[in-house]
Amino acid sequence: MIKRFKQLTLATSVAVACFAGALPAAQAAEEQFFMIPSYRVGPYGANGQSFYGGFIDYLTYVNMKGGIDGVQITWEECETEYNNAKGVECYERLKSKAQKAPGPIHTMSTGISYALVDKSAADKLPLAMMGYGLTSAVDGSVFPWAFPLVTTYQMQASAIIKFLKDKEKGSLEGKKIVYLYHDSAYGKEPILALEAESRLNKFTLVQIPVAHPGNEQGAQWQRIRQEKPDYVILWGWGVMNMTALNTAQKMGYPRERMIGSWWAGSEEDVIPAGDAAKGYMSATWNVAGKGVPLIADIEKTVYGAGKGNLKDTSKIGTILYNRGVSAAVLSVEAIRTAQAKFGKGKAMGPEQVRWGLENLNLTEARLKQLGATGLLPEVKTSCNNHEGSGKVKIQQWDGTKWVPLTDWIEGNKALIHPLFMADAQKYAKEKGITPRDCSKEK
Amino acid sequence: MIYRETGQFKTSYAADQQIFPIRQDRIGIAILLAFAFVVVPLTAGNYWFNAILIPFLIFSLAALGLNILTGYAGQLSLGSAAFMAVGAYAAYNFQVRIEGMPVLLSFILAGLTAAGVGILFGLPSLRIKGFYLAVATLAAQFFIVWCLTKFPYLSNYSASGVISVPNVEILGYTFDTPQSRYLLVLSIVSLMALLAKNMVRSSTGRAWMAVRDMDVAAEVIGIRLMRTKLLAFAISSFYCGVAGALYAFCYLGSVEPDGFSLDLSFKILFMIIVGGVGSILGSFLGAAFILLVPIFLDIVLPWLSELLHLPVDSATVSHMQLMVFGELIMFFLIVEPHGLARLWQIGKEKLRLWPFPH
Repeated sequence: MIKRFKQLTLATSVAVACFAGALPAAQAAEEQFFMIPSYRVGPYGANGQSFYGGFIDYLTYVNMKGGIDGVQITWEECETEYNNAKGVECYERLKSKAQKAPGPIHTMSTGISYALVDKSAADKLPLAMMGYGLTSAVDGSVFPWAFPLVTTYQMQASAIIKFLKDKEKGSLEGKKIVYLYHDSAYGKEPILALEAESRLNKFTLVQIPVAHPGNEQGAQWQRIRQEKPDYVILWGWGVMNMTALNTAQKMGYPRERMIGSWWAGSEEDVIPAGDAAKGYMSATWNVAGKGVPLIADIEKTVYGAGKGNLKDTSKIGTILYNRGVSAAVLSVEAIRTAQAKFGKGKAMGPEQVRWGLENLNLTEARLKQLGATGLLPEVKTSCNNHEGSGKVKIQQWDGTKWVPLTDWIEGNKALIHPLFMADAQKYAKEKGITPRDCSKEK
Repeated sequence: MIYRETGQFKTSYAADQQIFPIRQDRIGIAILLAFAFVVVPLTAGNYWFNAILIPFLIFSLAALGLNILTGYAGQLSLGSAAFMAVGAYAAYNFQVRIEGMPVLLSFILAGLTAAGVGILFGLPSLRIKGFYLAVATLAAQFFIVWCLTKFPYLSNYSASGVISVPNVEILGYTFDTPQSRYLLVLSIVSLMALLAKNMVRSSTGRAWMAVRDMDVAAEVIGIRLMRTKLLAFAISSFYCGVAGALYAFCYLGSVEPDGFSLDLSFKILFMIIVGGVGSILGSFLGAAFILLVPIFLDIVLPWLSELLHLPVDSATVSHMQLMVFGELIMFFLIVEPHGLARLWQIGKEKLRLWPFPH
């Protein structure tokens, strides 16, 4: 029976594979293929739609403007539902297509990117984890193929502390800060960094976990009321953020003293909370709104031509949409960087794209040229710094929109980066990886 | 005509008691195994190994474990994913903490650890039955995941709670290619499936089925309920535990507690419901159905919508995939409530009479 079944599935899938293979025209000479393991359904589907909508819109935009120096971008999406096993299946399905000229892979899921770190290194495909994923991959000597671009949770936590310190006129000594977090990999990752900061700046850190999904936080906020903290750092995701804001309002905790991570600072988090969200702050590494010329131009060019990816155009200019665009900007710029070295107008191989990601230098001038001034910070990567920036802005919700409060704030690199290096070394030892010598890379 | 046991006489007890009494079945299974062990590794591509065959085998093993408990012993459980998590984390800890630990031994120890935890959470089954027992096993599901998140020791103090497993190495050979990992998983799964097949025909299996069909009657004829039920929990959890260890070591490479959520438990439960409750073959069929049909739809639907020039975007395709999958499950359950294994059985009956049905 199983034999028959296997033969049957094998036969059908072979047939399907043939059709699927025949469908996109045979790869033309110069094309760069992006595999896009996206999610548009499931618990986080709404977030995925905005992010991948922005991502694909920018790729379309680049193609409409003549591609990356003439190299057209092609892509294929695969639904992961934010599920690790499905993400791996998507990766395996699309990787053979990507092996010739890949774009960086963005999973927008910490779980999936963890599962892909080893696989992508073995297959030699560049993996990007912008603002999520395995943060110790900042150490490029151990993780040549993984790039936690722009910034990491730890650096973000450190930047938030710096912001609070400036707010308190330079000292947090004797203050009390509550860290209210989603009890998962995502919420636990910054703890080491926060503990280091609390020792350095002599403030009391109170850690309060919230179990997934976090739609009931009565007990946690009761505790916060007893602790009477000066600030609450909120590391939530999805429904947890809205609940935290509503409960804070009920308990009478001022929202002006609450500050969220970048996954707790999108329109999806604050609009459902209504009035309770006013005055709430959050960190972000990309700004919202259509004030950025690039976003306005995408809307005009791509949606004007009817080639937009989003059905619900009101999402254009939201935090997550703009984040998707900035992810695509970095990916395309990395390929441009590689082209500048290995030959303009040519499709770049995996090793070349990896080089491009590792030697990315996205300056303010270049951002201005792209019309992306202020959309994201300057990014300059190297072999031993796959992060490249570590800067965030603090924004505040005024009841209708996010307003940036500060310029780019950089976390305490001297304090945080050694933590990554130590973790990367531990990883290398467990996996038997011999780190590259970064001084020999050029 | 072809599938008929006419003329196959059994002249010894051994012949009468073999697992597959009909010669055609024996030949079929031999061909199947030869195909799986020889032809597949030589012909299939990496995508088939990494994304389809390995997860299919691992989930078959987990479904097999649940089928022993639910299908044979009649104890409804919603904790299969949690027992897989125990297996995965136990194997990881044995491997990381004990220098020079053989991988296979750590898999076995992982299974035993899961069996121990399974017995613990099986204790309520002595007092409560049916849906109430399902709720008690639900406690296992939440408690174990909470435990793995709460105690950093269990994830070797990984800052994020995610564990990344070391390479699989047996007798100096590193299983790093998809083929070799597939063969390893296949060997373990075939061996354990064979064991299960034998177990359910033995006195243990008959005791399970007696308890399932009516536990008072089973007790009256001298079956010790406590031992039988707890044994079912232990063996079922052992299977799930080994499946969990393979899931971490041979499939994903890194796992987090949240990955073993209630959703996964339900998925395994659906596998045995669709495949066939109380059937070894059903576990494999169910795993194949639940895992492969969504992938198949995922490939076919976008292609179909493009072919027909339907104006659907990728979000709609994803939604359609879920809908079609749900409809297929309902269709199969209405057409054959006893699962795919029963369909196969009916097919066999028909084949015996073919071409002259009476």
